[in-house]
Amino acid sequence: MNKMEKALHELTEMDDLAARSSPVHALHPTAKLLSTIAYIIVTVSFDKYDLGGLFPMLLWPVLLFEISGIPLRTCFYKLRIVLPLVMAVGLFNPLYDRAPMLLLGGTAVSGGVVSMLTLMLKGVFCLMASFLLMATTPIDSLCAALRRLHVPGMLVTLLLLTYRYVGVMTEELAIMTDAYHLRAPGQKGIHVSAWGSFLGQLLLRSMDRAQELYGSMQLRGYHEHFHYAPIRAFRLPDGLYTLACGAAFLLLRFVNLGRLLGGLVVR
Amino acid sequence: MHMADALLAPAVAATMYVASGTTAGISIHKLKKDDEPQKLPVMAVTAALVFAGQMINYTIPGTGSSGHMCGGMLLSALLGPQAGFLSMIVILAIQCLFFADGGLMALGANVWNMAFYGCFVGYYLIWRPIMQSKLFGADKKAQRGRIVLASILGCVITLQLGAFSVVLETTLSGITELPFGAFVALMQPIHLAIGLVEGLVTSAVLLFVFESRPELLQCVQPAEGEGAKRSLKAVIAVLAVVVLVVGGGLSLLASSNPDGLEWALFGNAEEGYAENMGLDEDDYGIESAAAEKAGAIQEATAFLPDYAFADSDAAAGTSVSGVVGSAMVAGVAVLICLAGGFFRKKKAEA
Repeated sequence: MNKMEKALHELTEMDDLAARSSPVHALHPTAKLLSTIAYIIVTVSFDKYDLGGLFPMLLWPVLLFEISGIPLRTCFYKLRIVLPLVMAVGLFNPLYDRAPMLLLGGTAVSGGVVSMLTLMLKGVFCLMASFLLMATTPIDSLCAALRRLHVPGMLVTLLLLTYRYVGVMTEELAIMTDAYHLRAPGQKGIHVSAWGSFLGQLLLRSMDRAQELYGSMQLRGYHEHFHYAPIRAFRLPDGLYTLACGAAFLLLRFVNLGRLLGGLVVR
Repeated sequence: MHMADALLAPAVAATMYVASGTTAGISIHKLKKDDEPQKLPVMAVTAALVFAGQMINYTIPGTGSSGHMCGGMLLSALLGPQAGFLSMIVILAIQCLFFADGGLMALGANVWNMAFYGCFVGYYLIWRPIMQSKLFGADKKAQRGRIVLASILGCVITLQLGAFSVVLETTLSGITELPFGAFVALMQPIHLAIGLVEGLVTSAVLLFVFESRPELLQCVQPAEGEGAKRSLKAVIAVLAVVVLVVGGGLSLLASSNPDGLEWALFGNAEEGYAENMGLDEDDYGIESAAAEKAGAIQEATAFLPDYAFADSDAAAGTSVSGVVGSAMVAGVAVLICLAGGFFRKKKAEA
């Protein structure tokens, strides 16, 4: 499977997950979007040494993953993209910040190690939250929610149209790449002689296709107003969910749940 | 260069959202004023193509490695800076939402680092001036030379600016302990090499478009004639050397002269440590009825009473309770997973 086929597979997988039904899927997309943003902001706002305070933030995504029935392993597969840069930045912390911060079993742990772990956990938690949002909300509903939040129509329509064409283009390029490699066995990438023509030909065809697409959109009555997915009203449970999430995040931000629980068993 | 949410402080992320959002607003206003509704599907299809095209590996002759093309420069050369910028926003949003490449909160910063520089700086300060100049002459060959020059310069400079912004945003967020100068010295040369390769690939694609449909490119006038033969390889080689020398010199300068920002961020670190080390038992020293009751409950529930390391101080003792508490949180998380699995199994059986 080449890189593009993998990307296509990931896209279809997300669409399939979003099409499932569960209490989390049934929530209003605006409620999910707002709570996810709130979660990410609260998560990244923790102090770089506050590992103990940050850790309980794990409970929210884990709870929602379980309620929604979304497999955690699918989410962790995506960590391969986000973790390298976070790690590259965080890996230097133990080298520069060597002041001992805590003692674990007689071994001193430096501030750098604590801040590195905090950084990595933040990266993982934020990814879990965004993944959860996309795995329980179809893109059409998300776009409708974005319009409700007054994100400019042009940008939202562009997002929706591009998303639809990403699948088409990726599939076409995957076929082209396979065909190229079958004719150039043992070659790692596209040879320098075909650098321009390989993508260029598809680019020209696609721009013509876009004009035809616009023509067909007009024939179906498009006039600068795009019709998004029908979206149900924002009901009381959605509002309560958003408020409850906000309150829980604030509580976790200002009360160290780990220390509180630990305090019950350790003096 | 996609930044994850964890690399940004909320204040920095919000600032970048405001900057990118304002630029997007201005771009939308300009596109609406131009009144070209047919541009929207063209933008969408081209953005989708660039998204997929960035996954193609181009073999770099003479080396075992491969490169990719630069989306921002390609889009602004084809669609113009405003439409290119909006298309890049959408590409970055899809990468972030569906592929976890970048983060939802870091989207504003990523748009600024990759789309703003690539589209606006790349177009107004590099592509347009070079394409409208009479550099290399007035014939078709000269135009090809200008396209190659603009693509390479555009990709290298905008990528350098983007990489510098990543360093600045991460340092201002207080995420890394890596000194500002060392971080710059690490990021800039890597992106110099990436920029060169991206520039070459982008110029190849743009040259193909120029040969087939020159009217699709922004700021390209119909050529007056074929003109004399000129080796593009020579142009590229000269450019590569110039960029390497200038870029290398700049990054050396940046690393050997850490500036005031570094001092401001890291010079007073000792005070910060002292504050952050304030994990002593005073936190629990509130004398109140509630605290006493909590203490009584604690006495009753504590299965590790008066537990502390042999020669540890108060800070370590407190951290033990933190660690045990975190382990309990992890236990709760595992229990939630187990309960979820149990209920799903029951449901499947029913």
